[in-house]
Amino acid sequence: MKIALMINEGPYTHQAADTAWLFARAAIAAGHQISRVFFYHDGVNVASRLTEPPQDDRHIVNRWTKLGQDNKIDLVVCVAAALRRGIKDENLAPGFRISGLGQLVDAGIKADRLVVFGD
Amino acid sequence: MLHIVTKSPYEKNALDSCLRVAQAGNAVLLIEDGVYAAVRGGNAAEKLQKAAASLKLYALAPDIEARGMKERVIDGVTLVDYAGFVELVTSHPTNQSWL
Amino acid sequence: MEEEQTSAGKVKKFMMLNRKAPYGTVYALESLEVVLISATFDQDVSLVFMDDGVYQLAKGQNTKGIETKNFSPTYRALEGYDVEKLYVERESMDARGLTEADLLVPVEVLSSAEVGKLMAEQDVVLSF
Repeated sequence: MKIALMINEGPYTHQAADTAWLFARAAIAAGHQISRVFFYHDGVNVASRLTEPPQDDRHIVNRWTKLGQDNKIDLVVCVAAALRRGIKDENLAPGFRISGLGQLVDAGIKADRLVVFGD
Repeated sequence: MLHIVTKSPYEKNALDSCLRVAQAGNAVLLIEDGVYAAVRGGNAAEKLQKAAASLKLYALAPDIEARGMKERVIDGVTLVDYAGFVELVTSHPTNQSWL
Repeated sequence: MEEEQTSAGKVKKFMMLNRKAPYGTVYALESLEVVLISATFDQDVSLVFMDDGVYQLAKGQNTKGIETKNFSPTYRALEGYDVEKLYVERESMDARGLTEADLLVPVEVLSSAEVGKLMAEQDVVLSF
């Protein structure tokens, strides 16, 4: 099955980005395809290349980059939400791309399921 | 249809709103702080147990274990792992996250 | 806009479920932005306002004093985008002491059970 995800909260403050990542990994392990992950609201902060957690903490951004690259997941950051919060191509982590809100609606149309992770 | 409740019933109205809207036969999955609703002895657990008659109740085990509540989950709630979460999403045509 | 059109003839039911009040958080505004974009995709879009989301539709919003854009007139413009299915959950409205006369657009008032039924008929529920 094709599953799309929407992540509405930033990393570290809320659990949403962690839960979504664990969900995505389990879905892939079960043979499903994560067709797109759309980052909205403060969720756009998950795509910041400047993120540097302490060494004993998980690196949420790198986890997404790796999962995305290993499984060809389209990681889309909403342009309007991103610009509001200072996320631009110059500080975008690898594996993510910035695009319009239409990519969220498009994901909903093309995927078999869309799951929202937020706060 | 699958309802996903992510917030503690003692902080937000996500569970109340979900239970108000949920139709007989729907599934409710508690995740993140939503799992506190399933803790024995709590006011929310009483509400859940009433709802259990017409709904199918699930909770995400890793979230329960992380919060030290593994031994305190009420009867009638099925524990699932992330694979089970995925299975619930794929087996229900519609899902809604109560944030 | 850069949005690509989707494969022909595939109309899905989208519900935007609004449960947060305006201004205190950004969810109401950014939900409205999704609604406006979704209108360009010719899908079957429903907006539901419940819990504090009902406050998004309150008449008389004046944001001069908080120096923030008042986006409430946009709800009145939705009809022009062919977004015409606006629903309010009666229990949420009643609990907040509001009536339809307090809302700035015409809506259909639904019971909780009717919201639940409508929700179960959707392909995608986006919650804000």
